[in-house]
Amino acid sequence: MNAKLMMSITVSAAFTFVMAPVQAGNLDAKTAEIVKRDFRDKGIAKATRVNQDELQAACSKYVDKLPKKLKAKLEAKETEAIKWPADGKFMGDWKAGEKLAQSGKGMTWSDKAEDPAGGNCYNCHQLSSKEIAYGTIGPSLLNFGKTRGNGEDIQRYAYARIYNAKASNACANMPRFGHMGILSEAQMKDLVALLLDPESPVNK
Amino acid sequence: MNTNQAYKAMLLLVLSVSLTAVAADSAVTDSDRIEQYREMISDGNPAEFDEMRGEELWKKSTGPKQASLEQCDLGKGAGVVKGAYAELPKYFKDTDRVQDLESRLLTCMTTLQGLTEDEVAAKPFATEKKPSDISSLTTYVVGQSKGIKMAVSTKHPKVKESYEIGKRIFNYRAGPYDFACSTCHATSGVRIRMQDLPNLSHNKKDAQSAYTTWPAYRVSQGLTRSFQWRLNDCFRQQRFPEPKFASEATVALTTFLAVSANGAEFAGPGLKR
Repeated sequence: MNAKLMMSITVSAAFTFVMAPVQAGNLDAKTAEIVKRDFRDKGIAKATRVNQDELQAACSKYVDKLPKKLKAKLEAKETEAIKWPADGKFMGDWKAGEKLAQSGKGMTWSDKAEDPAGGNCYNCHQLSSKEIAYGTIGPSLLNFGKTRGNGEDIQRYAYARIYNAKASNACANMPRFGHMGILSEAQMKDLVALLLDPESPVNK
Repeated sequence: MNTNQAYKAMLLLVLSVSLTAVAADSAVTDSDRIEQYREMISDGNPAEFDEMRGEELWKKSTGPKQASLEQCDLGKGAGVVKGAYAELPKYFKDTDRVQDLESRLLTCMTTLQGLTEDEVAAKPFATEKKPSDISSLTTYVVGQSKGIKMAVSTKHPKVKESYEIGKRIFNYRAGPYDFACSTCHATSGVRIRMQDLPNLSHNKKDAQSAYTTWPAYRVSQGLTRSFQWRLNDCFRQQRFPEPKFASEATVALTTFLAVSANGAEFAGPGLKR
């Protein structure tokens, strides 16, 4: 192999190495530019919704597989932002929770601002054994309280998961119901009760 | 009652009977039910009425220039409709853009017929009250690719780039729920409520069968829906703002999905829930 050929292989190898990430970065930037230009306000869904926060941008860039360090950093940030109930109580009314879990409404451009958002829970999770029309994107939550008890630790855990699922798994599929202001504190407590109350159909 | 309405009524009757028949079996998913009524009406799809409407519009002289679309170049030469959809999106020299079927039709309607983009895009989708011309045209054109293998080429660098951008839009998480297309469509064998979700990014078979059956007649809506409509309604459910009709973002996403369907026979217009 002559020196010239060696040289050209080295150079092209170096180029491939350098070029690939650069091009990917350009495509990411171009994608963001196109998305910002090509979406528009409709009803309550304003065009600014396509602007990503740090977590959304990172999960998009890494297609939900974050480098370890970044994942830990983002999860810590999300955890820190959890607002705990001022009265220190986590359990609401499971009946209201079940109603909320059934509703898949809220925040689309065909919803009205005054329409309350639902919990969307059954879209992705099995909960009550009586409801057979449940989705399977998330894990089954049937017998959630029965198998875990309903002590304060587990109440706190459930509240945190609903408030911000990304605090424990940065690129989780589940929305951040408290963090993004989708559900109120009282509504999230009702969902905690749906999961943990011994009388709830989830645990029957 | 015209033929279309009579057909719809008949279809709904067949459907409700079949749904009642299977309602007792709780394990039956929507997809099973749809498969059942697909078989029941296998000799006809109400989308055919929209195809016929589209064909008439294709041949009809209209607009300020009083021209038909018969000279429209969908990528296989002026006026060639057969097999055109199976190769779209494609790069077009005259517009220097990658275009899907809808954006290309928009080009033809403006250049050949003299309509404005705003006029055409004002009614992008059919409603119960009013059909949409561009949507019917789409139904007609896709019908002319039935049975033809999907072959979208990424040889042109702009198509390749469109594919790459489309892939990124597919994974673009935003909005109050942090959803991307991938939230629901990147895992195999999952469903939302009882609705099975195709895995469009990691499962070739899912990607192929989903793409090749759109546009489709939606039984629950009594309307034939275009692919642009399909994307539009996905973004609605993603809690996103509205994608502009036939915009570069929607074309890129379509390129990504169409390329993923390469190799499969196009089977649309389909029939859906």
